[in-house]
Amino acid sequence: MSKTRDFLDRLHPLFAKGGKFEKYYAVYEMVDTFFYSPPDVTRTAPHVRDGIDLKRVMIYVWLAVMPAMILGCWNIGYQAHMAMAEMGVSSIDGWRGALLELLGTTYDPASALYNFLFGFTYFLPVYLTTFIVGGIWEVIFAAVRNHEVNEGFFVTSILFSLTLPPTIPLWMVALGISFGVVIGKEVFGGTGKNFLNPALTGRAFLYFAYPAAMSGDAVWTALDGYTGATPLGIAALEGIGGVTEAGFNWTQTFFGQLPGSIGEVSTLAILIGGAFLIITGVANWRIIAGVFAGMVATTLLFNAIGSDSNPMFAMPWYWHLTIGGFAFGMVFMATDPVSASMTNQGRWIFGALIGFMTVLIRVVNPAFPEGIMLAILFANIFAPLIDYGVVNANVKRRRARLAAATEAEAAT
Amino acid sequence: MSDFDNKKILAEPVFDNNPIVLQVLGICSALAVTAKLETALIMCLALTVVVALSNLFISMIRHHIPSNIRIIVQMTIIASLVILTDQVLKAFVYDIAKQLSVFVGLIITNCIVMGRAEAFAMKNPPLPSLLDGIGNGLGYSVILIVVAVIRELFGSGTLLGVEILPLVTEGGWYTPMGMMLLPPSAFFIIGLFIWALRTWKPAQVEKPDYQIHAVHRTEAV
Repeated sequence: MSKTRDFLDRLHPLFAKGGKFEKYYAVYEMVDTFFYSPPDVTRTAPHVRDGIDLKRVMIYVWLAVMPAMILGCWNIGYQAHMAMAEMGVSSIDGWRGALLELLGTTYDPASALYNFLFGFTYFLPVYLTTFIVGGIWEVIFAAVRNHEVNEGFFVTSILFSLTLPPTIPLWMVALGISFGVVIGKEVFGGTGKNFLNPALTGRAFLYFAYPAAMSGDAVWTALDGYTGATPLGIAALEGIGGVTEAGFNWTQTFFGQLPGSIGEVSTLAILIGGAFLIITGVANWRIIAGVFAGMVATTLLFNAIGSDSNPMFAMPWYWHLTIGGFAFGMVFMATDPVSASMTNQGRWIFGALIGFMTVLIRVVNPAFPEGIMLAILFANIFAPLIDYGVVNANVKRRRARLAAATEAEAAT
Repeated sequence: MSDFDNKKILAEPVFDNNPIVLQVLGICSALAVTAKLETALIMCLALTVVVALSNLFISMIRHHIPSNIRIIVQMTIIASLVILTDQVLKAFVYDIAKQLSVFVGLIITNCIVMGRAEAFAMKNPPLPSLLDGIGNGLGYSVILIVVAVIRELFGSGTLLGVEILPLVTEGGWYTPMGMMLLPPSAFFIIGLFIWALRTWKPAQVEKPDYQIHAVHRTEAV
């Protein structure tokens, strides 16, 4: 037995029932199961034996978003350095400037390392705030309700922070994750019982509560006073011609050189993460394929219909894929196993509904340039209904088969 | 008359048997008129008057109403009272009446008014019915006022139009929460209110369909 194990075992009586810190058992358990496999065994049927548990699943998702996070941070720095060059700013104020200068930054958009470091000084505070504030809520509910502190929060926290614009004030981050964790998840009973994706619930709350900090032109580049619209914002006004005119080509948007939320920019990095999730079996490929197919089909439909006044109708599907949060939502948000459909046929329908709604909101609704967040939340609500339909159709089919079989038997 | 505990009839609907949070009636107007405290107060007053008087009048004639047309008779009385209230509001507080728009008229369809007429006034004498109406109006008002205070304070930084939290746009420090001005925010506030109330009065909690954790987890370790 290692020293950590001994240490944890020595602490155990303090947290067990009747111990001094009985109330904080959840915290003890969280640390204990972080280092070692949980000692609990299933006490009631059904018994499932599998090498993969919730903890492993969540860590895989966390690993899968790393490429998107790294390229996202690099892009924050890249966009800001470009903007600095454009505006003729040679240094930035505050602790970020001091820290970066200590590390010898050159504020040069060509330097990958300093781009990343610059972006990281924006991402890390957002992530830490999310983690600490959301974690406190998790522990409070786990202690009061006598359930585990769930690893699901690892995923919620990283996904939530990656969907925010880099310039978001930290108190808003704290408020958003509080809403996501408490209203999106805990009031329904915690992980596994939430019908909405908690990360998106938190983001949607911020989107409606503080639209000025979550949308518009001024929030996407981490430089005070610089305004630059996202390609999706430009496309909503001027169509894809406007986007290319503003200096974005498709390859750039695919690799992730465009203003946007922290983690959503690089479609390439997101697809790498998505491939990892599909290979490990953590994310269901049917949902991803469904979202993609729904998006392509709806886009082709709009392309065929055409419109004189709305340039979004003509936007091709490969642009829909790379700009805005579509790829991120498709790979990481729609595949949340708790809030998605559970049946295989249901997953196709669920995915297609998301793809369809995303394009519908992007193209037809002038109030929201981006549609993926609302589309996923919308589909989350329909997921149980879709499953119900699929299960009932199955029951009906089997019943008909049974009736046919009994009839045939009676005839012979 | 001695059978009735008047104080109980008056006080019970406020927290113990609240029309909005326990019976979940009258939610529609609670979402619609609570963006500002001022409109909410007028709405509370209007509803309390209507429900109290409709209870009183229906109770007075309850022995003369044929049971198969009682809903029509109740509706006639309620509708007359609502029209009267609407006219009074238009005469004296025209601006607010305009903001309340259709919601004063919609008091006619407010389930609390019909519910109390059916459940209480049809079976009880006039005075307890009047008190029951006032009590339910107060129960409705408590929720509306709580929701409106939260929504106006955090949504616009004001209360009754007086600045409490100085806004960033006017040189202060408070960034208004746009969500609070949208009707769905009232859903969340009412939900949280129900949560708080049931923690305070656990008798209002429905029994769970099934129990997941029968024992404390630490016992099994």
